[in-house]
Amino acid sequence: MADVAASQRRGELGTARPLILLALLALSCCAIFLTIGAQGNWSFVLPIRAPKLVAMILVGHAIAFSTVVFQTLSGNRILTPSIMGVDALYGLIQTLTVFFAGMLFAANSNSMTLFLVQTMAMIGFALALYGTLLGRGARDLYKLLLIGVIVGVLFRSLSGFLQRLIDPNAFVVLQDRLYASFNTVETELLTVAAILIGLVTLAFWRLLPQLDVLALGRDTATSLGVDPVALMRLSLGLIAVLVSVSTALVGPVTFFGLLVASLAVSLVGSRRHAETLLAASLIAVICLVGGQTLLERLLHFDTALGIVIEFVGGLVFLAIVLKRGIR
Amino acid sequence: MIEASALTKLYGDSRVVDRVSLTLDQPGVTAIIGPNGAGKSTLLSMIARLLPIDKGRAFIDGLDVTRTKGSELARRIAVLKQENGLLARLTVRDLIGFGRFPHSRGRLTAADRAKVDEAISFLDLTPLSDRFLDELSGGQRQRAFVAMVLAQDTPAILLDEPLNNLDIRHAVAMMRLVRKAADDLGKIIVVVLHDINFASCYADRIIAMQEGRIVVDGPAAAVVTEETVEAVFGLPVMVREIEGQRTCLFRR
Ligand SMILES: Nc1ncnc2c1ncn2[C@@H]1O[C@H](COP(=O)(O)OP(=O)(O)OP(=O)(O)O)[C@@H](O)[C@H]1O
Ligand SMILES: [Mg+2]
Repeated sequence: MADVAASQRRGELGTARPLILLALLALSCCAIFLTIGAQGNWSFVLPIRAPKLVAMILVGHAIAFSTVVFQTLSGNRILTPSIMGVDALYGLIQTLTVFFAGMLFAANSNSMTLFLVQTMAMIGFALALYGTLLGRGARDLYKLLLIGVIVGVLFRSLSGFLQRLIDPNAFVVLQDRLYASFNTVETELLTVAAILIGLVTLAFWRLLPQLDVLALGRDTATSLGVDPVALMRLSLGLIAVLVSVSTALVGPVTFFGLLVASLAVSLVGSRRHAETLLAASLIAVICLVGGQTLLERLLHFDTALGIVIEFVGGLVFLAIVLKRGIR
Repeated sequence: MIEASALTKLYGDSRVVDRVSLTLDQPGVTAIIGPNGAGKSTLLSMIARLLPIDKGRAFIDGLDVTRTKGSELARRIAVLKQENGLLARLTVRDLIGFGRFPHSRGRLTAADRAKVDEAISFLDLTPLSDRFLDELSGGQRQRAFVAMVLAQDTPAILLDEPLNNLDIRHAVAMMRLVRKAADDLGKIIVVVLHDINFASCYADRIIAMQEGRIVVDGPAAAVVTEETVEAVFGLPVMVREIEGQRTCLFRR
């Protein structure tokens, strides 16, 4: 009886409290990251740390948003947008750059042009592939994603093949870029990335009520006046922008989105996208900024945070699959 | 008003719905009966634009369902599917609130909330309104989905087997509700039913389908006869008048 009463109350229970806690935690992580061990050398410390912090916030937010929305579109809580093959293309572009332009260029090529070219190529690829297929009236998203997986495998094999031909020194440079890292982000890229990610966030914000409806299933959404195909096409396009920008900025991240999305769902539920997305973004910032602070300052560990996070994310993925089965 | 002209659905070579035409322009309850696989759900889904139409046309209030904006149609016709799956974990009240989406676009006003409360009490869901759907029994969940359809407050309503999973008390309550919505609120309601007795007692009109075609269409009393039911289901039955209720019983 007490059980029933408790679960009856759970429905009304606000999600405000966990969200406020997450926000406070995220803010403290940011503050600690900026100030720890600074010893008053602000003019030296801030210009180094601030861009890194902005990069982590941007990337964390982009990954959190894209994963939560992608899971709604696919109706599946163990998928992430990396299944679309966008970051496999990133790997291929990186490999091609190093292969053809050589190590020197690659080492010095973290420039605006390369960033823009990469971002455009990835967005273009995603829009071309998914836009055309959806435009042809493909109703089955899984079929679409399967094509994405196959294209992704193709890109990866191609990269793998080229990587064998590259000279070992260049390969080291390349490998560095194939793991997400926040140590090498350039300040001028941040502005562009922030504008793009900001615009996509605004666009998504207006779509949230429709995404809430889509989570009821395609047919129910249709009958409530939401066009699932149109919404899906638009959202996949926006997701492609988020993934492309964040990948071009720091490198590919696969499991991290899954980690933050499932944490967010378990903390604030999935009743409103506004809440789930906000929670996921905050959790992403906490993980990235908190994780980087821990690694850098406390453990004096220079491994790219990306690797650690992928590892943890991978474990969470396995845990979810084992616990619930593939759903 | 619901209108279908020569609606056809093909899967490969088989005509699952075969040139079905019908007009429903009066408030009232129309029951669709017929054996499994007769094409009842397919017909309803095409009218409700949930399935593409292969041939023929369907109109709601004179609007072609394949050409009209979805948000426009959502204020004119609501549909309950035979099966419903959810990704989000929602409470009963959340779900029913979504029924107001065509009117509120996601921002519930006081009037919307009143409609939601009305639907909740209509379907006897008040004690369950803050429970999560995945914590309910099949019949309770079914009632929650019907409440959502009701909250949508459209002049035309299509219900595909709304009595699924319901016990006899709730089944009768559901049919009374359907009757009331037609009589008091002037709604046009189409229900797919497997229990001929519910169709016989609550529907004004019964349409029987077989292999994608309408084989009988008429007033309830005219359709529920031994010959017709036997022909539609291929099963010998007895039809008797019991205290003014025309009742159909299978033969052992
Ligand atoms: N996607 C599909 N592909 C091929 N055939 C299908 C498909 N969906 C339905 N059918 C076939 O169409 C026919 C009609 O199905 P429908 O669901 O409309 O039947 P129904 O009258 O609602 O049956 P029930 O009483 O069991 O709900 C069935 O023979 C079914 O096998
Ligand atoms: Mg059916």
